[in-house]
Amino acid sequence: MVKEKKNHVGLSAVLSVLSISWILPIVVVLINSFKNKIWISDEPFKLPNAETFTGLSNYIMAMKKYGFLEAVGWTVFITVISVVLILICTSMCAWYVTRVKNKITKLIYLLCVFSMVVPFQMVMFTLSLVANRLGLVTPWGIVIIYLGFGAGLAVFMFCGFVKSIPIEIEEAAMIDGCSPVQTFFLVVLPIMKPTYISVGILETMWIWNDFLLPYLVLDVKKYKTISIVIQYMKGSYGRVDMGAIMASLIMAVVPVIIFYLSCQKYIIKGVAAGAVKG
Amino acid sequence: MGKNIKKYWALFLIPTMGAFAIGFVIPFLLGIYLSFCEFRTVTDSQFVGLANYIKALSDTVFQHSFFYTAAFALVTVIVINVAAFALAVALTKKLRGTNIFRTIFFMPNLIGGIVLGYIWQLIFSGILSQWNTALNLDAGVGFVGLVILVCWQQIGYMMIIYIAGLQSIPQEVMEAVEIDGASAWNKLTRVTLPMMMPSITICTFLSVTNGFKLFDQNLALTAGEPAKMSEMMALNIYNTFYGRVGWEGVGQAKAVIFFIIVVGIGLIQLRSTREREVQQ
Repeated sequence: MVKEKKNHVGLSAVLSVLSISWILPIVVVLINSFKNKIWISDEPFKLPNAETFTGLSNYIMAMKKYGFLEAVGWTVFITVISVVLILICTSMCAWYVTRVKNKITKLIYLLCVFSMVVPFQMVMFTLSLVANRLGLVTPWGIVIIYLGFGAGLAVFMFCGFVKSIPIEIEEAAMIDGCSPVQTFFLVVLPIMKPTYISVGILETMWIWNDFLLPYLVLDVKKYKTISIVIQYMKGSYGRVDMGAIMASLIMAVVPVIIFYLSCQKYIIKGVAAGAVKG
Repeated sequence: MGKNIKKYWALFLIPTMGAFAIGFVIPFLLGIYLSFCEFRTVTDSQFVGLANYIKALSDTVFQHSFFYTAAFALVTVIVINVAAFALAVALTKKLRGTNIFRTIFFMPNLIGGIVLGYIWQLIFSGILSQWNTALNLDAGVGFVGLVILVCWQQIGYMMIIYIAGLQSIPQEVMEAVEIDGASAWNKLTRVTLPMMMPSITICTFLSVTNGFKLFDQNLALTAGEPAKMSEMMALNIYNTFYGRVGWEGVGQAKAVIFFIIVVGIGLIQLRSTREREVQQ
């Protein structure tokens, strides 16, 4: 017993050291975001001093010159609308596919599962052609593409859950006079709440951080997301503004961490639930 | 009941399936068709048979990217899964602060690949400058850098899945084994690991396919430098499409090859670990 307790002290110490080193990269970026840009590449591990400290000027630069705030706005817009669309449309589709058994619904299910394993590069080029042709190059249009490309995982997860709902509940509702639409929205939807949260979290993590799809589909002269702005700062010709990049990285990471800490319980459950696929 | 619902197909199916057709089915089929064509704008596409595939397979940079990616996937699968499993075992013990540790290890997952790439670029360039080298000077260094980045990102994710798996092992089984006096090693290899096979299947599947599909991190951290030597398959395909005029068809053929490799390796991996799963 005594021995076991001792082991645990050692384990706690190892885990503490490991978890501190886990956060260090972000701390280093935070420190550098307050340094003058010319000092960043030379000695990234040094704390700012009187000579190198620039206060918030990197943050102001990132917002004013590089349009970071606008990018945050578009990212929020695209993520929220896409996830809401995905949740409503795919849960309806999944319920129909599970409750109505025929060849078409079976095909739909298989296609959705298949789409989950197809790498994005397979459709990258043709998807941007289709999006262009249909004029979906705005943030309002891209949400339709996110619905289409994100449907596979969502339909799959919702189907798995619908199968576990006893069909008697729905039958009872229908005997009481509910139409299928009412049955879905008044009976099925509330029961599926945990799956809505899981799917919502997985799709949010994907869409918020996605780079290539919006980069190829959106008219990037007008609309940039956070990932695109950061890539532009670094990839554009001429001098790289390291200060603005550091500030942008911090502004990109902080909201995500706050979001994570405030609904950690759901995120961890959502990830564990999402893993049940396969 | 099915009959009642059936009439409502337009409402329930069309929104998702319409978008699915635009976002997946049409681009996928068009992609397969175009991989057999030479084209610049699609409307001028001309059927060329297997020419694109021959060009793609004989492209030495593409070949290099395949081996580089395969090595990367192999190394990351091992490191991520061993580390994630070990952390999961440690964090399901009765320790103080396990929740804080879980929170911290999982956190990098929520940060996007582009952002991760530039965070680590700063760290690596700071470290490497002391050795007078840099990420864009040595493909081996770039490889190690990418491995560290991806492990940092994904260990926490797999750890969560392993923790869920460990917690689903029935308590009675572990108690029975303890009463039988099994050693810690026997407990791990004879009981815990076999009962964890479903989690192991999922985690190795995810980490293999993630390794093959890696793009954002590769673009942000090394961008294929030096001289395309750290270019992984996804980035190679991207550069073929958007960096070489007249090679669009070859890019699409590479994408089809890439798709077949990812699906093939995924299926082989699923089958090989599935066989070892035990019924609970």
